[in-house]
Amino acid sequence: MNKLRIVFWAIAIFLMAGPIGASAAEEVNLYSARKEKLIKPLLDQFSAQTGIMVNLVTGKADALLKKLKSEGINSPADVLLTTDAGRLHRAKVAGVIQPFHSAVLKNAIPPQYRDTEGHWYGLSLRARPIMYVKGRVNPSELSSYEALADKKWKNRICIRSSSNIYNQSLIASMISANGIKKTEAWAKKFVKNFARPPKGGDRDQIKGAASGQCDIAIANTYYLAGMLKAKDKKQRAAANKVAVFWPNQSDRGSHVNISGAALTISAKNRANAIQLIEFLSTPKSQEWYAETNGEYPARKGVKMSDTLNSWGKFKADDLNLVNLGKLNPKAVMLMDRAGWK
Amino acid sequence: MEDFTKKSEESSSSNWWNWATASLAGLLSLPILVVLGYLFTPAGEIWSHLVETVLADYVSNSLLLMFGVAIGSLLLGVGTAWLASMCSFPGRGIFEWMLLLPLAIPAYIIAYTYTGMLDFSGPVQSTIRDITGWGYGEYWFPEIRSLWGAALMLSLVLYPYVYLLTRAAFLNQSLCVLDVSRTLGNGPWRTFFTVALPLARPSIVAGLSLALMETLADYGTVQYFGVSTFTTGIFRTWYGLDNAAAAAQLSAMLLLFVFTLILLERNSRKKSRYHNTSQRHQSISRIPLKGWQSVGAITYCGAAVLFGFLLPASQLGIWATTVSEESIDGAFIDLISNSLLLGGVSALLALLLALFLSYGQRLHNKPIVKFSVRLSGMGYAVPGTVIAVGVIIPFAWLDNSFDSWMRAQFDVSTGLILSGTLFVLIFAYLVRFLAVSLQTVEAGLGRIKPSMDEAARSLGYKPNEVLRFVHLPMLKGSLLTAFLLVFVDVLKELPATLILRPFNFNTLAVRAYELAADERLADAAPASLAIVATGILPVILLSYSITKSRKTK
Repeated sequence: MNKLRIVFWAIAIFLMAGPIGASAAEEVNLYSARKEKLIKPLLDQFSAQTGIMVNLVTGKADALLKKLKSEGINSPADVLLTTDAGRLHRAKVAGVIQPFHSAVLKNAIPPQYRDTEGHWYGLSLRARPIMYVKGRVNPSELSSYEALADKKWKNRICIRSSSNIYNQSLIASMISANGIKKTEAWAKKFVKNFARPPKGGDRDQIKGAASGQCDIAIANTYYLAGMLKAKDKKQRAAANKVAVFWPNQSDRGSHVNISGAALTISAKNRANAIQLIEFLSTPKSQEWYAETNGEYPARKGVKMSDTLNSWGKFKADDLNLVNLGKLNPKAVMLMDRAGWK
Repeated sequence: MEDFTKKSEESSSSNWWNWATASLAGLLSLPILVVLGYLFTPAGEIWSHLVETVLADYVSNSLLLMFGVAIGSLLLGVGTAWLASMCSFPGRGIFEWMLLLPLAIPAYIIAYTYTGMLDFSGPVQSTIRDITGWGYGEYWFPEIRSLWGAALMLSLVLYPYVYLLTRAAFLNQSLCVLDVSRTLGNGPWRTFFTVALPLARPSIVAGLSLALMETLADYGTVQYFGVSTFTTGIFRTWYGLDNAAAAAQLSAMLLLFVFTLILLERNSRKKSRYHNTSQRHQSISRIPLKGWQSVGAITYCGAAVLFGFLLPASQLGIWATTVSEESIDGAFIDLISNSLLLGGVSALLALLLALFLSYGQRLHNKPIVKFSVRLSGMGYAVPGTVIAVGVIIPFAWLDNSFDSWMRAQFDVSTGLILSGTLFVLIFAYLVRFLAVSLQTVEAGLGRIKPSMDEAARSLGYKPNEVLRFVHLPMLKGSLLTAFLLVFVDVLKELPATLILRPFNFNTLAVRAYELAADERLADAAPASLAIVATGILPVILLSYSITKSRKTK
């Protein structure tokens, strides 16, 4: 029984050691929906420059939101990072983030990529254009997302499941532009053009197109960028078979979403938190987003990688991104009705 | 268990067991009750939308998936357990532990590897096309990313539950019954089907229900394969429709379904007894297989090991060494030690709890005890994220209430005492995986005759002494099995770990998942391999001890 007692105390000490150990003098606590690999290098730079230690937990956005909400004013989190505008909007509605004003951020981030009341600030853009197989599709056949409902695309389109937030945002942006009725009629026809039942991620759609399963894939550009620089020969070969087409250039522009940051209402390291968010908007950090992850910088006039430059300039949908969050449930229901799995 | 109705005198000791069992089980059911509590929250008009559009899909896909996994894991698990424990053929000793290895592979990882191999753009189909010159749609190839593909993937990694528990049952079966069957003129086949198999039923069902609960809770595989099940529906409703209440109600429906299923099964064998009447089972004489029988046994066991472990592990190895941009470096030592620590601590606690609860239940078969123990074992069928939320809500509430009380009384803020620590994470693991240890221990305890208890009690042993001196030595195999299963499950667990871990705390599963979720499957390979490797050693060690717990000749 003595052994058991020792084990018990060892466990108790192990369990409580966490919070005692983690209390540095200058720190900022981060809840991030961005994966560690896609933010940690920047955070390390921030720590090196300022001496402020960044503590990180990554997780799924909605779960982090729920956690923030349950923890309330005692939450240890200072900053929330998400990878889409919808979740930032939800965080605002849930009352877990607070507005703050920063001349640096106002200067750096264009108005359509930040909350009007200062609740959140976008940091990188994630564009979702049409990708086509070179040689099998002539770009002159393409024009807009709407035109993909045409019968000529029957069995030629690869796109992932409607459970995915990128598709939900895309449809939300279309509802915002065309209304529910028109978008639903469009979605019903669009679904009939799928080459296969939706499955896999964005890279799988690009691979599907490259291997001849379909002629068109809809995917976020940073997945294509990742494939182009992959160590895996096959991924590079597949990526090289497709080209990017920017849809809706003659009207509202191509669909973009943002990843962004917000200050939590419980923030105890407020100054450090704002300093961190401002750091993420500096030209150097913004360049990193483009260079490392193939995202478009939110800040204007930042040097972009060769890959991004090779896809050309495009007009992005200037819809206020708050709408993506507001319309998200409607978009999901619409896709349910259209039979988009 | 139901057959055990010991009339015990109302001593203070038995009252204590009664009370402690029910309250401990109640505490562990808290997160599940939180989820069930959402049943009473109005979710708006969302239900009519779900019923009109997707609910039928969720239900039918989940049922079909369960059906597929049931067939698959029974086929793979029961036969191999019989061969590896009761027959003798070349390589049996190696298969005995190798058959467990698929346990170490997370379901979504095996799904990724098979997709990588068998998908349209994968090497197998590309080679077919290169050789034949066929194009898309010009030939038929089974679609791995389908409902049946998902059932196959899940069967390949979940059959070891059935295998382990069934094997433990076979090893524990009294040789007398088998000998009697043989002397009555039954051949090995007939003995297997008419005596060994029915006697092992509680264990087979325990293993199968674990596999099926895990199937219902699986998110990674079905989501990647584009199969809309109850689980994907829960997350779609929560994340996409932004309706946490309706999502929790879907979870609650799932729980009620599983609960009913388990009760039905228990009722169906209410009148039967499964403990052995004779204790003569010191040594097993294995049935020697000859010629083609051996070949058949090797092929059968070999196929399970090949498809469940060797093939996917090789694919991971190839990815890790050729195309992965990540490598195993110093940071991995932290990941491995974190994973080991969490796995070890949780498995130990889950084991102690399971022992306590199942013994408490054996002592007092009162409805309230029975019900609370059953409820506390429901967490296994609930997706980890839902459990995590069910854990956060009560603990954060507790912390915040204590904090505001301290503020009011002493003007001191205590902040979140429990919520940000490993305590809640391990609590969540216990809630999620208690079913695993509980089922295993209960199945073992059920094989011990109640008359043993009575004899020990009449010789003056107190209930806890009966447990310690009579049951524990007999349960050794089951206890090790329970420890192993929870350990490996924690090693693989992702969603609850993701949300509940403290700052800057990573595990192997977190690392593997983050890369895989970013669609860098090959880059996730080193971490996945590390999970597999970390899981293998205890699997082998424990498999060895389980075998040793039962001497053979």
